[in-house]
Amino acid sequence: MCLAVPGRILAVREGAESAIGRIATIDFQGSRVEASLAMTPDAAEGDWVLVHAGFALTVLDEEEALETYASLRIALGDDPAPEEPANDTREP
Amino acid sequence: MDKEGIRGIVDEIAALASGSDRMNLMEVCGTHTVSLFRTGAKSLLPETVRLVSGPGCPVCVTSQAYIDLAGELALRPDTTVCTYGDMVRVPGRRGSLEALRAEGAKVAVVYSARDALAYARRNPERHAVFLAVGFETTTPATAATVLEAENEGLKNFYILGGHKRIIPAMHTLLSAGEVPIDGFLCPGHVSVVIGAGAYEPIASHYRKPCVVAGFELEGMLRAILLLVRQAVRYEARVENTYGAAVTVEGNRAARELTERVFEPSDAVWRAMGRIPESGLDLRPAYRRYDAMDRFGLSFGSEVTPHGCLCGEVIQGKALPTECALFRKKCTPREPVGPCMVSMEGTCAAWYKYGPARAEGGGNR
Repeated sequence: MCLAVPGRILAVREGAESAIGRIATIDFQGSRVEASLAMTPDAAEGDWVLVHAGFALTVLDEEEALETYASLRIALGDDPAPEEPANDTREP
Repeated sequence: MDKEGIRGIVDEIAALASGSDRMNLMEVCGTHTVSLFRTGAKSLLPETVRLVSGPGCPVCVTSQAYIDLAGELALRPDTTVCTYGDMVRVPGRRGSLEALRAEGAKVAVVYSARDALAYARRNPERHAVFLAVGFETTTPATAATVLEAENEGLKNFYILGGHKRIIPAMHTLLSAGEVPIDGFLCPGHVSVVIGAGAYEPIASHYRKPCVVAGFELEGMLRAILLLVRQAVRYEARVENTYGAAVTVEGNRAARELTERVFEPSDAVWRAMGRIPESGLDLRPAYRRYDAMDRFGLSFGSEVTPHGCLCGEVIQGKALPTECALFRKKCTPREPVGPCMVSMEGTCAAWYKYGPARAEGGGNR
């Protein structure tokens, strides 16, 4: 549950400033998820971030991010990228 | 890192630990529990260094009464419970949320608190209750989502508060003194938020080494080496092998979100009872998002499944293999307790990767 996965900021939705900060599209080696940058106010397009439950927790450097991603694959044995729930009552 | 480098670290751990009695190092993070098995770290360690799982899996430390309340809410005809996936299969007194679906309970699995908010937005005629569980990594996301609901003036979004703080639980374990602990392998992602400095009181007050680690083999082994080295030298400091993501002070923006919305409160942990300041309540300004208040609920009695040792397992008092239900009545397919349900639960990890029979070492 405290798992956080590194991804790269593809785009920041400008004008989406709110209580949960700017909203960014994050790329996790192919799968794309929206996340809030409320906790990483300095993060910008192209940065690697550690994402947990829809929020970026911290900025990582690229080498570190790729290493973390690879180690999570080994540690958890599957694709660690978060999934967007397909619908409201998705079976777990 | 190459095999030789790993071997070097392992040899150094073995050499340092060879002259001492068995050392017990506790990990307090479910992802560590799983990673230590999967990367092979556990099997590489000498007999003298034993890793014990602590209360590091949010689902596992959640009280039975909380699970029961979640079920009660899901059964209300006008209410949908929105939750992270691993809460869905935890058995409550009337069955798990998953089982209650057959009785008409409405449960939506979400990946983020923000998805629960989106559900509330799309379904204005229903109450959406988000099961707010998780440690310091997860809490700021809930806090930000409550602020968002406030901004929008959403009237049908609530949380069932179950967030926990790891440091007070470490205090409780240490002051009870029932489990010998020679050092803590501190959680990687919780520490991103609270900072490595948060463990200073544990190190200084209880004289326990604390080392923060990430989740890859080398980082975890290096952290174990630092713990063993400190222990044999009778040192007790905080060290950090996950500097790439963890700083001394942590993520202040994340903590500020939490502090804006929540205030520390006493909370009940599975089997550990009430731990002062270990939970979080919504501050009065945001109390209207509290599902307990809104629906006039109160926690029932804490009835745990008969024979289940989850409560002992999360405190390091028992190994999964010491539970009579383990692998027999309790399996990932038909779990009795939460430690077998959550993918980061200690029992689930032992079931998948652990030794087939109970044995003394607990490390093969």
